[in-house]
Parts: sequence; C-alpha cells; structure tokens
Amino acid sequence: MTTTVPTTAALALGDDALVLSHRLGEWAGHAPVLEEEVALANIALDLLGQARVLLSTAGDEDELAYLREERAFRNLQLVEQPNGDFAHTIARQLYFSTYQHLLYDRLATGDGPFADLAAKAVKEVAYHRDHAEQWTLRLGDGTDVSHERMRHACTALWRFTGEMFQPVEGLDIDWAGMETAWLEQVGNVLRRATLTVPEGSRTGAWAAGAGRQGLHTESFGRMLAEMQHLHRSHPGASW
Amino acid sequence: MATAAAQHTARGQADGDHTADGTAQDTAAYERAFDAAVAADERVEPRDWMPDAYRATLVRQIAQHAHSEIIGMQPEANWITRAPSLRRKAILMAKVQDEAGHGLYLYSAAETLGTSRDELLDKLHSGRQKYSSIFNYPTLTWADVGAIGWLVDGAAITNQVPLCRCSYGPYARAMVRICKEESFHQRQGYELLLALSRGTPEQHAMAQDAVDRWWWPSLMMFGPPDDESQHSAQSMAWKIKRHSNDELRQRFVDICVPQAESLGLTLPDPDLRWNEERGHYDFGAIDWTEFWDVLKGNGPCNEQRLTQRRRAHDEGAWVREAAAAYAAKHSETGATHA
Repeated sequence: MTTTVPTTAALALGDDALVLSHRLGEWAGHAPVLEEEVALANIALDLLGQARVLLSTAGDEDELAYLREERAFRNLQLVEQPNGDFAHTIARQLYFSTYQHLLYDRLATGDGPFADLAAKAVKEVAYHRDHAEQWTLRLGDGTDVSHERMRHACTALWRFTGEMFQPVEGLDIDWAGMETAWLEQVGNVLRRATLTVPEGSRTGAWAAGAGRQGLHTESFGRMLAEMQHLHRSHPGASW
Repeated sequence: MATAAAQHTARGQADGDHTADGTAQDTAAYERAFDAAVAADERVEPRDWMPDAYRATLVRQIAQHAHSEIIGMQPEANWITRAPSLRRKAILMAKVQDEAGHGLYLYSAAETLGTSRDELLDKLHSGRQKYSSIFNYPTLTWADVGAIGWLVDGAAITNQVPLCRCSYGPYARAMVRICKEESFHQRQGYELLLALSRGTPEQHAMAQDAVDRWWWPSLMMFGPPDDESQHSAQSMAWKIKRHSNDELRQRFVDICVPQAESLGLTLPDPDLRWNEERGHYDFGAIDWTEFWDVLKGNGPCNEQRLTQRRRAHDEGAWVREAAAAYAAKHSETGATHA
C-alpha cells in the first residue's frame, strides 16, 4: 500500500535524517574502537530525534517511516549509500554534516517554519561535523593505507553531492550560495587532510535531485525491507 | 575509627615502597592493615597495597564484566535495524550506546589495577577471559529485546547493586553509575513486554515465547550453586561480593514472580510456588549441564559472538593505526613549535 505524500520540506529533511540514522545504527557492535561505538550511536540518535520531529510535522512518524515504499521517500541518495568501510562512513558524514550544518544554520536564523527545530538541531550537527572533520584528518593524514581508503571513499561518494543543492520546495534558501560555502568548507578539510578535492560529475546516480523525487539507488529498497519488515508484519499493532 | 585511621596510615606507608623487596615481616604487616581496612568497610584505592590474589580476582571479575557489556551489545544491536517504531528504535540505540559506555568505565576501572584495555581485549578475543554466558543466546524476535531488558538486566542489577559497596573503590564507583542506567533499561524492557502482552494475540504470544526462552538462562546468570562456586568464599571475605549466588538468585525469583503476574505472562517452571514457611518462592532445578556447556563455548552463539567481536577489532585496526600515526605526526609538530 502506497500513501501519497506531497514532497514537502519536512519530508525531505526528515527522510535524510531517518535514513542516515538507520545506516549509522548498522554500525552498532562493529565499530573500530569502543569510543566510536558511542560516537556513531550518538550521532544516529541525534538524527533519529530530528527525523521524528520533522516527520511528525508531516503526519504520523511511524506511518511515514514504515509504510511508505521507496518511491515515496524523499531523502538524498547520499544518505542511503551503504556504510562501506569506516572511511566511506566518514566521507558520507563529512559531506552530509557540512551540508546539514550550513542548511540548519540558515534555517535557524530565518523566521520560517523550521527555525525552532533548526536552532536546536544545529548544535547537534556542529558536533557531527566536527567528528567527521577530525576523522577525515586522521584518516587522510594518518598512514598510507588510511590515506588511500579515505581518498577512495571521498571520490566514490563525490557524485552524490550535487543533489544537496537542488532547491527543496518550501525552503527559502540561497542554494547557490550554500553550495559555494559547502565546496569551500569541504575543500578546506580535504586539503588539511592531505587529500585533493575529487573531480567529476556531481549529478548522482540519476539526474541531480533524483532522491528528492523518489528515484533511489538499488541498496535503498533492501534497507527499507529490513527496516519495515516487522512493522508491516503486524498491521495496526502498537508497540 | 582510630584503629581504621592508623591502618590507613599503614597502608599509605606501604604504598611508597611496594615495588621494593619487602621482607616477609613487611608483607605480613601490609596484609594485616589490608584485612583491617576491609573489615572496617574502608575502600581500597589503586595506590594502596593489596594482596596479589585480590588484584588478580578483581582484574578477572571487572574484565569479565566489561567484556559482557561489549559482547552484550550484539544480541540487542541485532534488532536496531528492525525495531518496529521510531520510539522503540531510539530507546534501543540509546541502550546499546550505554552498554559501550559501561564497557569503557569498566575497562578504566580495570586499568587502575595495572592492566590495559588492549591487553584485556586481547584476552577476550583469544578466549582466555570470559563474558557472561547469557549473551550466547540468540535474539529471535523483537520481544527478546524486552525479555533481555526485564530479565537479563534485572538479574544484572540484582547482582550489581551490592557491588556499589564493593571493597575496591574504582569498581564500586563505576557500579553506582552503571546501576542507575541499568535500572532505567530494565524498566524500559518491562514496558516493552507490557505493550506486547496487552497488544494483539500475536504480540502476546511473541512476548510469552521470549520469556519462556530467557527465564532459565537469566537464572543461570547468578553463577553456579554455592557449593560449586570456586571464587565465592574468598570474594565474600574480601567484600568484593556481598551475597552468595543462591541468595541473589532467590532474591531475583522473588522479585520476578509478581512482575510476571502483572505483565500477564507466565514463567516456564511448573515447580514455581510460594513457600509460606520460607517466605520465598520455591523454584525448579536449573539445567547445570546446559550452563557448563555454554560456558565452555558450546552455546548457540558463542562462536558467532566472538567472531564478530574479533572481526570488528581486526577490521578496525587500520583506523586505530591511522589515529596513532596522526597523533604522532602532530605531537612532533607541537614539539617543534615549543
């Protein structure tokens, strides 16, 4: 059963947070060091908290999370990308948290419907960005092996970064200005980490903006199958 | 009080030269001071003299406790990606995160005794140190997350609350923090089961099945019966342990029976009944063969749990090496500037 959901800003931002939180939750019990078990779960929890607030403004959080099929999800393709190795996870975090910080910072200073939420979330996201930056530096400027893995991860995910700056309906943002700021901030971190800014297309697996239109990559359907299975097996039950 | 203070001084003096070759007389004096301090319910601190066997017992127990927190993340993390509501998912993630935090406190407490986290993890990975046998059982349904919260955390709390008064200070203080969080988890587990028990018939059946599978393994968490427990007597004399295994197990059963009734669930023991004379619940015989079997590595998930732990550690090696290399480079830079 597919619910028709309008592409609202709440869904776009809520789905980003929900899906990335889920991916980070997959790390539980698999992190390279205990401190990262704590940190990754912490970030996942912050994102899940944001998702719950955002989805609740668009409808029932559980209905939206568990009963939509992949074509109705509005998240960026970047956040649905599988965890890969720790470098992949960190590159994804660097790209997304830098974007989310710029976005929430702008939303928090405006008087739009997301100002209050963004004002709270921007503090959490500043921490996420710092965490991603610190690890980008350590992996990029660590050993030869870690440098190569980080370089590979940054390059592999680069093509999904353009989509973040496609205007989202309902968000009054200078998207082009935000993209410039993002390229500058990410570029600085990569250079400090002795990495180079990747080259090549940034249009994603489809034309840029595809995730926001419900056009996703293949692994996403499998992720949803796992996430939704139990809820869907007990229609109408409460938990 | 005066005596205790004098002994404290004796321990302080002992501290200064415990690396020097003490004479037998010195050792005897230290031992007397240590015994008196323990008898006076004073806390033993990292720099105090302590018998080698006391140190070794504590390292063993605290390490095993830390390992249990870390391995214990796995059966619950198994359900994070499938949690049936966003609220439950948040609770479960927070819980698994707390467990990693508890592991960190406990490794720190163990390190005050002169070992290191790396060394302890190495012993876990090579099977030379154990973790709680309960985590060798699989989580087969969502209700298992509730049963673990209610029963497994409940048993852990019954075991651990007395450890808040353990004679070794760093361990006792870690336990105060851990017990607060554990009792929160326990209530959440109970509440999860209650929601299932009062839910659809399928949910109720799921809850009952989970309790049926986790009840006996939870009772085994208190360890072997008193007459087969090799460390108990000494640990009680040292006030590391305050109550015997069987005493704590009885306390746990007495707490659980009325809770099961209010949950609307039954406990899988036909011999369970109130004994007016004893003022306790009588309960059936535990399958100790199963207990020893799981402890020896033959439980349903022993292999899987250790393999995942080793894999996470091995696959994370390059990350830890990167962090170390980065720190070394940048501390050199710092030194040049200074």
